Order: sequence, then C-alpha cells, then structure tokens
Amino acid sequence: MIADALHGRRLLVTGATGFLGTALVERLLRSVPGCELVLLVRAGRRSTPQRRVQREVLRNDAFDRLRADLGDRFDEEAARRITVIAGDVGMDGLGLDDAGRAALASCDVAIHAAAAVAFDSPLDRAVEVNLLGPTRVAEALRSAGSTAHLVSVSTCYVAGNRRGRAGEVAVFDTPFGPKPSWRDEVAAARRARADTEAESRTPPLLARFAKEARAELGAAGIPLLASRAERFRETWVAHTMVEAGRARARALGWPDAYAYTKALGEQALCETRGDLPVTLVRPSIIESALAEPRPGWIRGFRMAEPVIITYARGLLKEFPGIPEGVVDVIPVDLVVAAVIDAAARGPKPTPAPAIVQVASGSANPLRYRHLVDMVHDWFSQHPLYDAKGQPIVVPRWSFPGRGRVQHQLQRAVRAIDLAEKALGALPLRGSQARWAADLEERRAEASRALDYVELYGAYAETEAVFAVDELLARWSTLDATDQASFGYDPGVVDWDHYVTQVHLPSVVEHARVRVTPGSRTGPSRSQRLRDRVLAPERHLAAFDLENTLVASNVVDSYSWLATRRLPPDERLRFALRTLAEAPALLALDRQDRGDFLRHFYRRFEGAPVAQLEEDATQLLSHLLLTKSFPAGIRRVRQHRRLGHRTVLITGALDVVVERNLAPLFDDIVCARMSPQASRGDRGGPRWNGELTGAPPTGEARAQAMADYAEAEGLRLEEAVAYADSASDLPMLEAVGFPVAVNPEIRLAAVARKRGWLVEQWSKSPGGPRPLLPIGPVTQRTSFARRPAATAAVAERGRDR
Amino acid sequence: MSPRPGFVLEVDRSTPPTLFMHGNGYRLEHLPVGSRIVYPPEPLPVVRDIDGAIRDALLHPVDSDPLPALLFPGMRLTIAFDDISLPLPPMRRPDVRQRVIEAVLDLAAEAGVDDVHLIAALALHRRMTEAELRHAVGDRVYDAFAPRGLLYNFDAEDPDALASLGETSQGEEVEISKRAAESDLLVYVNINLVAMDGGHKSTATGLASYRSLRHHHNVRTMQHSRSFMDQHRSELHSSNWRMGEVIRNAGVKIFQIETTLNNDTFPKPFDFLQKREWEWSLRDRSSYLASTKALARTPDRVRRSIFQSVLAPHNMTGVNAGDVEAVHELTTAKVMEQQLVHVEGQADILTLGLPHICPYNVHSVMNPILVMCTGLGYFFNLYRRRPLVREGGVLIVSHPTPWAFHPVHHPSYIDFFEEVLTETTDPLEIEKTYEQSFAEDEWYRHLYRTSYAYHGVHPFYMWYWGAHALQHLGGVIIVGGDAKAVRRLGFKPATTMGDALEMASDVVGRDPSLTHFHCPPLMLAEVT
Repeated sequence: MIADALHGRRLLVTGATGFLGTALVERLLRSVPGCELVLLVRAGRRSTPQRRVQREVLRNDAFDRLRADLGDRFDEEAARRITVIAGDVGMDGLGLDDAGRAALASCDVAIHAAAAVAFDSPLDRAVEVNLLGPTRVAEALRSAGSTAHLVSVSTCYVAGNRRGRAGEVAVFDTPFGPKPSWRDEVAAARRARADTEAESRTPPLLARFAKEARAELGAAGIPLLASRAERFRETWVAHTMVEAGRARARALGWPDAYAYTKALGEQALCETRGDLPVTLVRPSIIESALAEPRPGWIRGFRMAEPVIITYARGLLKEFPGIPEGVVDVIPVDLVVAAVIDAAARGPKPTPAPAIVQVASGSANPLRYRHLVDMVHDWFSQHPLYDAKGQPIVVPRWSFPGRGRVQHQLQRAVRAIDLAEKALGALPLRGSQARWAADLEERRAEASRALDYVELYGAYAETEAVFAVDELLARWSTLDATDQASFGYDPGVVDWDHYVTQVHLPSVVEHARVRVTPGSRTGPSRSQRLRDRVLAPERHLAAFDLENTLVASNVVDSYSWLATRRLPPDERLRFALRTLAEAPALLALDRQDRGDFLRHFYRRFEGAPVAQLEEDATQLLSHLLLTKSFPAGIRRVRQHRRLGHRTVLITGALDVVVERNLAPLFDDIVCARMSPQASRGDRGGPRWNGELTGAPPTGEARAQAMADYAEAEGLRLEEAVAYADSASDLPMLEAVGFPVAVNPEIRLAAVARKRGWLVEQWSKSPGGPRPLLPIGPVTQRTSFARRPAATAAVAERGRDR
Repeated sequence: MSPRPGFVLEVDRSTPPTLFMHGNGYRLEHLPVGSRIVYPPEPLPVVRDIDGAIRDALLHPVDSDPLPALLFPGMRLTIAFDDISLPLPPMRRPDVRQRVIEAVLDLAAEAGVDDVHLIAALALHRRMTEAELRHAVGDRVYDAFAPRGLLYNFDAEDPDALASLGETSQGEEVEISKRAAESDLLVYVNINLVAMDGGHKSTATGLASYRSLRHHHNVRTMQHSRSFMDQHRSELHSSNWRMGEVIRNAGVKIFQIETTLNNDTFPKPFDFLQKREWEWSLRDRSSYLASTKALARTPDRVRRSIFQSVLAPHNMTGVNAGDVEAVHELTTAKVMEQQLVHVEGQADILTLGLPHICPYNVHSVMNPILVMCTGLGYFFNLYRRRPLVREGGVLIVSHPTPWAFHPVHHPSYIDFFEEVLTETTDPLEIEKTYEQSFAEDEWYRHLYRTSYAYHGVHPFYMWYWGAHALQHLGGVIIVGGDAKAVRRLGFKPATTMGDALEMASDVVGRDPSLTHFHCPPLMLAEVT
C-alpha cells in the first residue's frame, strides 16, 4: 500500500509553487495522511518562503477539497505536517542555512519537481535550474549526510527530435545523436551570458537602444529615456539568451532549451549522484487533472492553453502539425500518482537509476487531427464572444508545414511593423491615434501567433513515441486499493471525454474571456477608472494645458500675439511663414521640448511687456476659450469641487496663462520670461526672450509636480495628472492616477499597455474655427514686424 | 396702401404647404386640413425723417421737461443703451441707437456737458465686442468715447461699480450701476422689439446685478407671468415696476427714450420668408428652391455664418422720450399696432418654426438650451389673455437643435447641459439645487468679466423662461432635432412633422385642433 509505505516518512519537495508541485503537495497531504513534508521554496521579491507557501500553494483551489474534508483543522494540519525551508535550486548548496540543511538531512525521500518550464527561458537560466538543479539537490543531500531516495522529475522530450520509439533509457543510451559534455555546456552558457552582457554595452548597441527609446517615448526627458533604453538593453540580452538557448538546443537535436537542459540535467545527475539512490520520472506534456483533486484542475496558463484560447479567439488562422502524429498529453493527476508511487516504491536495486516515463502516446495515443477536430467542434458549439458580444467563428486548420506558417506570419509582422512606423511619423492624436492602436493590437496578435508557432510547433510535429513499459509494469504490481486511489494508467483516459468535458471547459473558465453573448452590463472600464480618478480621496490634480485643455500650442499663441497689431496683408504673410516653419519646429519639439520652448520664446525678445499683457487678456477669448475642450475645463472644476488641489503645469508663458486661467486653478506652474533691464526706459519694459528657469517640461515637470506636492504636504500616490504627449510621461508616471488626454500615438500606446484612463476631449462643435491663429485687426503696431528699436520709436511717435 | 393686419388662415385642400423656419434653414410642411395658421400684420411704414423725429421727441418729451432743460454744464450724464440682444436680427447701419445717442450727445455738447459715460446695459448678458459696439453706437461715438474708457460694457460683478438703492415693498433688493445711480441724469436708449421690453425693465434689469435680478428672474415669477409679454398680467413686470419706483425714490432721474421698429425682418432675396405662401411670386418660389437646395449642400458652420450675417431691413416706426411710464405706454401701443393679431380660441396643438436667432445667440450658435428658451420661453409667451395652445396641449417645434455650444459665449450653458439637465429638467428643482453654485462661481464670473461669456446663472434664466410653458403643456416634440440633445432637454424628438403629429395624438387624441404660429416676423396673439 502506497500510503502505508510512506507512513511516518518525511518527504522533501522542490517546486511546490509550480503546477505539478502544487498537485503533488495536495495529494500527499490528502491521500498519504501519515507523511510529513519539507518544502524547499525560493524567497519571493517581497515575501518569505513561508508566506509564498501560504498564498501560492495552500490557497490554491486544488486544496478546496482537502479544506472541505478537514474543515477547521486544515490550517492546523498543514502547519503540523509542512515545514518550509528557504532555498533555491539555482544556487550551489541550494542556498540553505543550517536549519535548512538539518531539515534536509531529516528527509527520507526527495522529490525534485522544480524547473524552469518555459520553453523560451534564457539559456543560462535554463542551464542553472534544469541542468544543474538535480545535481545540486543530490549534492546537498549527500553533503548533509543523507541517503534519501531522490525522485527527479524530468520530461519525455529529453529524447529529442527523433522519430519512432523512445524508450525508458538514459539519454545518451542510444546509438543516435551527439553526446555533448554537460560541463562544457554549463561553461559555454555562462560565458554566453557574460559575452552578451558585454556586447549589449557596446556603443553601437547602446545607440540603438537610445534610438528605440526615443522612438517609443519621444521627448520624454533624459532620465525616462535612459531608463527605457536600459530596459531595451535588458530585453535585448534576455532575447539574445533565449535565442542562444533555442539555437544550441536545435543544433544538438532537441526542440528547445527546456528539453535540452533537462536531458543534460539527467546526464549530470547520473554522473554525480554517487551512492544516492535516484529514480527519474519523465512525464510528457502535463495538462489539467482528469479526476484529482477535481476534474479539470489546472494551475497557470502553460503550453496548450494559450494556443487554445488564441485559436478560440479566432487569431490562429493556421498552425503547423502532422495530422496523423501523436500529441502526447498526460493529465497532471496521473503524473502525481506515478511520482508518489515511485517515492513509495523506493529505488531500484540496479546500479543504474530507474527511469519511468509517464506518457500516453504508446498506450493510448491521441492523434493531432482528432484533437484539433475536437477543439474546433467544441468551440463551434461553445464559442467565445468578441467585444461587441458576437460569437467568434473558429478557423479550420489545413496543417501546412511549420516553415510555411512561420513564413506567412513573419511577413505579416513585417508589413504591420512598416505601417506602424509610417503612422508613427505622422503627428496624429486623439481618435486618430486609435488607428495606431488597432495596428499595434494586430501586430501583437500576429507576433504572438508567431511565437506560439515557433515555440510549440515542434511539439505538434513530434514523431517520437514514448514507451511506458516500466510505468505499466509498476502499475500491474499495485493492489486494487492503490490502483483505485493512485491511478496512473494512461490507458484509462477517454480522450473525447477528457478534451471536451474536462480540459476545454477548464481552460475557458481560467482564461478571462467572454463566454456570453450580448453587450456588457454595468459601468464600462473607462467609467470605473474615471470614478477612481474622481474619488474624494484623491487630493491633487495636475493638468497640462496644450492639447489637454486647449487645442492649441505655443506657436499658436505666439503667432496670435505677434499678429495682433499687424496690418491684414502682413498678418497673412506672417502666419504663412510660421506655418512653413512648422515641420522644423515639430522636429525640434520631438527632440527636446525644453529646447524647443527656449528656441521659440527667444522670438519674444524686444516685445513690450505692457502691450503683451494687454493683448494676452484678449487671447483668453480668441484662442484659449475658442479652442478649449469644455469637458477638460469641466474636469478641472469637478476636481476643485471635490476639494482636490488643482494645478496647471505648462510650458506656456506666464503672460499667456497666469491671469487668464487663474480662477480655474489653485496654482499655476509655467515658463517665466524676464524683462530686459537695459531698455526699460524706452516705452516701458520689454521682454528679453529668455526664461528665468528651466521650463516645466519632461522630467522637470515631474520634478515640479513632486516639489509642489512636497511643499503642500500632498502625496503623489493620491494625485491625478492629465497630459497629452509622451513628453509628459515623467509627470504621468510620477502620480498614482495618470490620465492620457487625446494622446498622441506614443502616449496612447503606453496608456493602453498600463491600463491608464484615456479621455477623448474635443472642442465644442458650435465654436468659431479660425483657419489661422492670427489676432483681430487693431490699428496699433506689432512687436514682431520690425526690429525692436524702430518699433519702440514708432510707438513713441504714436503716443505723442 | 396701408399694411394689411394680421390674419388667421384655415387650411383647406388648396392651401399650399406652410413655411417653417428651421434654424439655419427653413422647410415647407403640409398641415392637416382644418389647421389654422396665424400670420403677422405686414410691416408698418417707417418714420420718414428719423433724425427729425428723434430730435422732436427729445425736445417735446412726454411728462418731462425737454432734454436741453435737463442738461447743464458740470453735470454727470450717463447714457445707457440696449445691448446686442436687440433688435433681432441686428439692423442695418445706422442702428437706431446710434441716431438717438448722437442726437442726445449733440444736445449735451450744446449744453456744455463734458462728463458723459456710455454704458451697454447688458445685465448678465455677454459683453459686446468692439465691432458690436461700433455697430450699435457708430464709429464716431465709439472713437470719441471708447479709447478714453467712457464707453464700456456694464459689469454686474464689479463690486465697486454697483450701488444699492434699497428694497421694494416686497423686500426685493435693488442694486444697479453706480455710475447710473449717481448721475444727475440717466438717459436710457431703448429698442422696443417686443412688448416685454422697455419701461422700468430697461434700467431695473439692464443695469442691475444678480442680487437684484434674482428677485424676478426666477421660476415663481415666470410661472406667474401670463404672459410676460403682457405687462399687466406679468409678475416680471410688476417686480420691475416696483424696483423702478425704488430707483425713482432714490433720486435717480431717468430720461427714457424708447423706439419701436416695424417687423420687416428679412432682406431681399429672402423677403419671401415673411410673405404668405399663396402670394409667393415665381421669383419667390425659385428663391426658395434655389436657397434650400444650396443650403442643403452647405456645411453647418458656413450656413450658420450666412444666417448670422443677415441684417434686417426693419426700421423705426416711432420714438417717444420722457418719463418712463408715460413713454412706455405710448411705446407699447405702437408695438401692439405692429404686432397684435386676434385669434379665436385655443388649439390642442401649437406648431412653431424656430429661426436661427434669439436674443442670446447673436454671432453665435443656437444651442439646445436656447432652443428651449426660444420655443417655450419667447414664442410660447407671445400671447395676451390665453396661450395659443390649451392647457395639457402639445407644442411641436421645428428646429435642428444641434448639440453645439459656443465655447466663448456660453461656457456655463455647456456645464448646465452636461451637469444639471442630466440630473433633472424640473425648473424648481434646478433653481433650488444648482442656481447658487453657478451664479457665484469664480470661473464663470471671470469669463463674464474678462471674456465674452454670459453670466454663470444665465442658462438657468433660460430654463426659467420656459417654466410657464412646461407647467402648461402636456408634451413638447421637436421636429428634425438632434435626438440626443432633444431628449436631454426632456422633450421628444420626431423626424418629420407627420411623425410629430402622430406622436402628439397620444396626448391630445386622434382629431386635434392645430394652430401654427407663423413667426417670424414677430407678432403677439390676442387669444379670446
């Protein structure tokens, strides 16, 4: 009896927070009441291993059944039988402390189920965890003086891309294929990491990352661009390491880095285990539970699930695969039972470790075409629904080769990339930016499909048939009770029932997808976000001005002020000249908003202060209000009514905004210009065109916001910020509740990814729409027409 | 040939389709046989020598010394004049206000008066722009006074420019322009377009602040003014008259000059709009066809500017000067002579075609709130004795009612539409819950004072203006309006007149009587 064999035993389990590990812990607690568990768990970034076990393992719905059985005694029972020790299989000596080593020494059996299961893990990470992990566990056991039986979980796919029978034998115990040295591979992987890190820091690549960051964020300020560029570098390193892993694996005949490192890990373990008794358990593709703890139980979205959901959403038009090939799937509870059986059974008396494959392919094969048909039919009967509430029709696959599918998808991704670049070069904003959003979504879909094809395509094309002779032999020795409670005979799975009644309903339930027709009820996502933004607990709301509250910019207001006193013919010429300059100005603005403002404000040099101030009051009606977004102004006032502090943070000039918008805001932070000292005596003071400080743009804006909050004793986490462009990102990122208003493409993309509230505010449809930003006719002279000196003279003449 | 009086036509099989004004456009509708159409009297003849008539009125005033006798050197003289809301459409140059003001200024100059202020009496309306002031008073007056700060818009929110003159017998505070109150003589230059205008309302409303106005610009007053076009049955006027008494008792001397205009509303080639349809000439018909086809292909914005640029050919039919009440009696009689039409009996359904303009959207857009005010406020109230439609009857209004607001002129309207009407359309509830916060709002106050915005409380007054109609009517249907905007107003949208009549039958039954009020040109229905 398995339960009896493990009665009074202590079992070490690694990987308890994973899919298999969670099921294993649950089953041991429930079905082997006499055993105790030592769980080796890595500390999380912010939580202890104990806390992780509480939250990530024991609160999983796998334990619902046990909780129901035990009632109030569950916590007590768990505490009594589970010891958690901190450790990491990616570190030599498992990173154990003395207590950990003592706990380890007390174990009779060790089940190593920890692995980096992602097929696209970076090479070195896969090597550290999958290749060296089992060896490290064995080493730690031996150095603690333990002779515990090590049950190491591997994978059937260590057999590599072979055709035909793959037996339950050691990896290199075959006449085919290369036999690399695992030590060389470890050294090479570590070297690859160092080389890639070094290469990523070379000037050409650093320049590339900086360029990419600018392309994504625009003139967002140096700190933000730098951190984005650094993220690009890290992503590049990770990507290169993933690629290195895949390339190396394929070169040696494995489908991916996972199988390759697992294979070498077995090899390493066999070489280094010494006297330690070892059993290797090799499951194939583990999927949702057939019966235990309940039918359909699954943890995490792993391999087939994302592919299935993507297919059900109509996004995978084609997928490679050999229709008559076998997809080797095995329900998780069968694997768990086989592992527990191996633990209870103890090591084989032979010198070589026992190898048990837990797979369905040879005993009860599921053909690929059969699976695809079942999935297609099931989703035809139980469709997912799109955002409008219409059922999604799933495509039928024609099973082309992997190369062709890959090629088509790559072409699609490239085409969308090109279109996106073209669109990104246009100064679009607001609702037009949605085109870019659509395109980006489509690219994301296409590249996701491409990823799946590249990652999992090999598994749909595998032609290896995994032998389960050892598994069946063990099965036949079990008594009826064990066979009933620890079933692992792959022959019992009725694939039609499993796929359509167990697995697919479970996958759909776990995916956050729409399964009911009709439009959604209740408040929309935007409305919920808006309610949060307008909650009374918020206490500070910062607003950008241009294109956030007003469809205008510094060029407009300059042009308006400058033409205010020009005769009509010159006004038109002036406006056209400014328009002609627009592309150059736009380019400068994209480079750095602060530089742009400085460059531009220099044009106010020599402008009489009093005249500008007088004209600026007219600007309120003619430009600011005419081009205002009433919904934006209403929002400012809503915040004020709620008792929030409202601040305008803008690169616009004080003379333009300060008096005109004062009653709307509690405070105004803007660019300030100082008058010239030397010419003060002639016709009153004049502007010198220079700013008194850094204009509040980019990171300076975030800083201004932070300074303001600190001075006023407000917290940025409770603050709201409204802005329209990527150059405002530092400010938006600084606050707890960012809102993108009529965002331009780059900001729209960021807002979408981070789930920020996006507001589309527009001008009032009944307002005047002046074609050019030029002031109404008056008889007086403009500062922009003539050099300052003559203008001053002319003005004095007139005054007399 | 003397002009023909107003006329009520009964629609029969041979009646041609009827013209409905429809915002920045117009349409022809077939009204059911048996419907009645009320046509205004034709335009009265214009005074031949306008300047002479004005001078004569100033020299021979009613119940007052001649103006020259009231003028003396060293005195403070203030001339207040009606703002952009009058007349409608704006009149061709020279504006009658310009003629009157120039005549007054001539006499003042002769008398050696040099302390003269000119104030646009706009109460809580938007300030007039330079161009609008120039149009009203003429370039000569503008250039002589405006640059020196002597010609300006009244500012009802400038605490230093207001004077409190006490309270009426009913506790109504009277607070008006300080300059006007402290002048030795206030000359008020009025244009009396409809019977509501003029009299004590000129000063007591035009130069008053919110503190004063709220006593008669409220729901109760409006519901007790039946109608506010009939000063003897209008609580609005009773209150203004009480205030006028306070002003007089406070020693403010007013020399009231009231002018009346004829109802010659549309210039050629649009004069067919004020003709009776069966009298349309071939040219009128082709004008109608050509203009409707052209307008249908014109964008809203352009159409609006075409209509807003219309200047009416109407002109002065009379001028009276002197004591406020005595003058106003003569003025009212003249207005009645031009506008009064006798109508027998009320109807189950009243139909109206609203034009492009009302007092509050000159050079602007007629937003939905103004549509409500024009239809249920002004047009509905153009009656004496009884409304044209019976209590519980249905009002059908033809207007595009666009979801559009002028962001400079009507900022508080936008918020009223978005924040108040989304909660309730009940005038009393609106007054109780929201009025004060809008009226005392700093931002609106700032925009009213420094930009060209109507006061924060103004959209409330627009809503109150329709309170009597809301109380009286069993339903309101707007034909051809933006459905969402119409529903926001609490009314029902209909695509065609036929649909509207069908919908109205739910309220008034299958065989209702119908009156169409063929306005503009302006008229006043005496319903017996």
